[in-house]
Amino acid sequence: MIMNAPLIGQPMDRTDGVLKVTGEARYAAEFPEARLAHAVLVTSTIASGSIASIDASRAQALPGVLLVMTYQNAPRLPNGGRPPATPSVGRHLSLLQDNQIHYSNEPVAVVVADTLEHATDAARQLRIAYQSTPAVLDFTSAKANAHAPITPQGRQTDTQRGDFNAGLADGAVRIEAVYTTPIEHHNPMEPHATMAHWDGPQLTLYDSTQGVSGARVAVATTLGISPDDVRVISPFLGGGFGCKGSSWSHVALCAMASKQTGRPVRLALTRPQMFGPVGARPRTEQHFTLAARHDGTLTAMRHDSFSNTSMFEDWTETCCMVTRMLYAVPNQVTTHRLVQLNLGTPTFMRAPGETTGSFALESAMDELAAALKMDPLALRLKNYAEADPQENKPWSSKSLRQCYQIGAEKFGWSRRTPAPRSMRAGNTLIGMGMATATYPANRSAASAVARILPDGTAMVASGTQDLGTGTYTVMTQVAADALGFAPEKIHFALGDSTLPPAPGSGGSQSAASVAPAVHDASLQVRNQLIALALADSASPLHGMNADEVSVDNGWVVSRSNPSLRDPAGAILARAGGHPIEAVVSVKPGGERSTYSLHSFGAVFVEVHVDADLGTIRVPRMVGVYDAGRILNQKTAHSQMLGGMVWGVGAAFEEDTLLDPRYGRFVNANLAEYHVPVNADIGTLDISFLDEPDPHINSLGVRGIGEIGLTGVVAALANAVYHATGVRVRDLPITLDKVMTPSEV
Amino acid sequence: MDAISYERAGDVSSALRAAQQPGTMFIGGGTNLLDLMKGGVERPLRLVDITHLRGLDTIGTLPDGGLRIGALVRNSDTANHALVRAQYPLLSQALLAGASAQLRNMATVGGNLMQRTRCGYFYDTAFTQCNKRQPGSGCAALEGQNRMHAILGASSQCVAVNPSDMSVALAALDAVVRVNGPRGERTIALAEFHRLPADRPDVDTTLQPGELITAVDLPPPLFSDHSHYLKVRDRASYAFALVSVAAALQLDGTTVKSARIALGGVAHKPWRASAAEQMLTGQPLTDATLREAAAAALRDARPLRDNRFKVQLAQRSIVRAVNQAAGRTGGIA
Repeated sequence: MIMNAPLIGQPMDRTDGVLKVTGEARYAAEFPEARLAHAVLVTSTIASGSIASIDASRAQALPGVLLVMTYQNAPRLPNGGRPPATPSVGRHLSLLQDNQIHYSNEPVAVVVADTLEHATDAARQLRIAYQSTPAVLDFTSAKANAHAPITPQGRQTDTQRGDFNAGLADGAVRIEAVYTTPIEHHNPMEPHATMAHWDGPQLTLYDSTQGVSGARVAVATTLGISPDDVRVISPFLGGGFGCKGSSWSHVALCAMASKQTGRPVRLALTRPQMFGPVGARPRTEQHFTLAARHDGTLTAMRHDSFSNTSMFEDWTETCCMVTRMLYAVPNQVTTHRLVQLNLGTPTFMRAPGETTGSFALESAMDELAAALKMDPLALRLKNYAEADPQENKPWSSKSLRQCYQIGAEKFGWSRRTPAPRSMRAGNTLIGMGMATATYPANRSAASAVARILPDGTAMVASGTQDLGTGTYTVMTQVAADALGFAPEKIHFALGDSTLPPAPGSGGSQSAASVAPAVHDASLQVRNQLIALALADSASPLHGMNADEVSVDNGWVVSRSNPSLRDPAGAILARAGGHPIEAVVSVKPGGERSTYSLHSFGAVFVEVHVDADLGTIRVPRMVGVYDAGRILNQKTAHSQMLGGMVWGVGAAFEEDTLLDPRYGRFVNANLAEYHVPVNADIGTLDISFLDEPDPHINSLGVRGIGEIGLTGVVAALANAVYHATGVRVRDLPITLDKVMTPSEV
Repeated sequence: MDAISYERAGDVSSALRAAQQPGTMFIGGGTNLLDLMKGGVERPLRLVDITHLRGLDTIGTLPDGGLRIGALVRNSDTANHALVRAQYPLLSQALLAGASAQLRNMATVGGNLMQRTRCGYFYDTAFTQCNKRQPGSGCAALEGQNRMHAILGASSQCVAVNPSDMSVALAALDAVVRVNGPRGERTIALAEFHRLPADRPDVDTTLQPGELITAVDLPPPLFSDHSHYLKVRDRASYAFALVSVAAALQLDGTTVKSARIALGGVAHKPWRASAAEQMLTGQPLTDATLREAAAAALRDARPLRDNRFKVQLAQRSIVRAVNQAAGRTGGIA
């Protein structure tokens, strides 16, 4: 008998693929429920002020209308609906507890009716009069009142190492530049949606969330009920990208509306409602100073980052995190400051801080390389950080040098001629650019259950989520290897807060956190199965030692004589026909105090710019990644594809346009808010070094959800500079910014 | 309550009868109207579905050698029709440059002519100023986010642009719109079909209340050998034009016998660049004459805060499109 090769790493097809393409996969807004009522969220049309009056009489009189919930009749929540702790654990929400307006598109009412059409119609008939007060919406002037956030995302607000001024004096070449990035909105294909169902004191929420456990606690705390009375179910998500990492107002409002009406209530946001009340990537303004010696050695680096937040909650785009760790620069200052505006609170958006920060850092490095007349890749190698320069710790593992080398080779970087506008074919300016990708290798405590059933199959589960990234699939692979079961004999379950808890799917931590728990639980229950067989006199394996057998394809098998074997179903049947199970919790150990854990990559891109019209196209991109051990080559490749495609959008397209007179976004729809279309994307060449990280966890696995977006934006901006000689420091790089302003 | 009544008309006369009731709108593919209704921008009381009108969904030749395209022919069918491709490739290109495959499969020729602007202030009723949506309320775009807006022919009342690609090609091709209404049939030159905003930006076209577009007539093909539709936009597909140019030439060697140039994305209507056409006519096609003509086309441009680039972009686009029509040069866009 031949032992099956490990499944981990194999490009296994998605276990939920058929469910998805046949429409059988059920998303939050698709669960049927008897007596279901439909809610429509009504949002503010002013940015600052208060509600002067609400006339709900017409709306309430319409057929089918069950409830018009406003601040006048909404149930009062503990602590005014505010999160209790300082700094707060949950988000500051808009839960109809008062008449104050903090931003445009803020929830002000919920209308519930027997059908969605009735609710929509009634919502339109609601007459709300506002009393406006002056709103703060101009980033540049509000910057004068910027404040320092307290430990943004648990990190240091400011850092300092060495002597920045001395380093500046030591440098022969200096770059000073300001980079800006616009407000961006996540817009997953599936907008936020929730269905709430009360059964006595117990609340069940079907919610599109990146964290069932977090949502459970957040909603319970907000409503002032026990988390034990809340269950959150989220089996499938149509994307999250960070905006579903928090439980926003509509979730608690849906539960409140359900309680008020005594019926199950579904509340799905419309696409325009995705622009405001559920987070955004904030605007950033990043000031960079770099100094280097003639040989490229960095002597000083300063990065001051400003980003907007709302008027009522601090949330920081941590742009300086990459700056602190990427290069071996001895003298450095980094700062984060927040600019309060009358907008909804920003939030995590794929590689928050790393996307925006690495655009600025890696653009500045490119500017420095140009000033030094040095190859951009050589400049990065010159300042390669052999250890984390901020934490003063060794890397758990780092093969960035190989990424650079392999990427440059695949791309043909040596063919690049250094001077801007030096590569041209007719009307087409050709540019080549590169940048470094990096993202922290996060991990949190996680737990899982593995159960072998009397029918010879296994059920493995963890309260994690699958954002569409492939969690179901990769965890099935991990469980299959550890159990010794075929993947089709394993049912993997997730997305339910009654399952053993796992962290929220954010910060690229799910694979690194959950895979070890799934692995260990599976291994433990496998060992139980073996022990049962060996102790059973009816088993052909009776009396053997545990190390003399293995489990293969669901059979316990003698290693020396594979004809001696016993199927799991028979073993359990003889033992009384009960399932056996193991529940395991795992957590990071001391490795984080010893090592700095990060993933790395190198991105090389080619752009073509129309010399007359400024139109930009991206014929090819190469990405090479050191991202630990890869669980599934196919889903991992897709993750990187998605990240790099997003990079094209972030570089050239994404831009939420704010009208500061209204405090309202002008392009709050997917026709005018641009993300890449197929025609924007050329050839993407993606590869992984696939080297296990020896320190992160027992499997050597790091998460890969976000690194694919980092570096891409700067590489594209650098390529545009190389093509045109125009350095665009303000995203997005649209054609009007690169059209050369000369003759017709 | 805004209950909407819906009826499906079987023939033109019953559709016209139905349209006499106030608050009635015709609905074809619905790709624009339904979005506007969802946003509360259009609030018809009554929808008359015209997609089943007999005889308006065909393309056929006219006695003079021209082509008649029924108002209900889908954009995708028009673009891919053998006669359109062979004789009016400019129209085919323009249609295929618009929207997405899914939208083109639904959208009709008549509906495309009736498309409303994509101005964000028009689309979102939370913006209290929009003369097009609410006459007399003002124009938020005038001093707002106006990168996409008009540089030609706008007024202080409205700076919105017409979003259609098809109409730009039809303007260059001297198409004629056939309509039927309470007072019978009539024709409207495409150049006269869409209006400039002046002080009535709420009125997009010269179509009278109750009138129904039945067809678009194209004159005999003169430009099938030398035409090009150039669309410059912020992404490679499914984006409205920053600037587009429909260029069509009759060439005698290198000399221009006649030229047709229309611009999209720059005005409240497809913008015929007549001065540029005249400057090219009878002249050898050189870079110098082309640039002069392009400059003339934009002489009256009045850009706004965010769209100054459009003036130069439009000029360069004219040069590029005419050159491509003549088979001279190409580029990325």
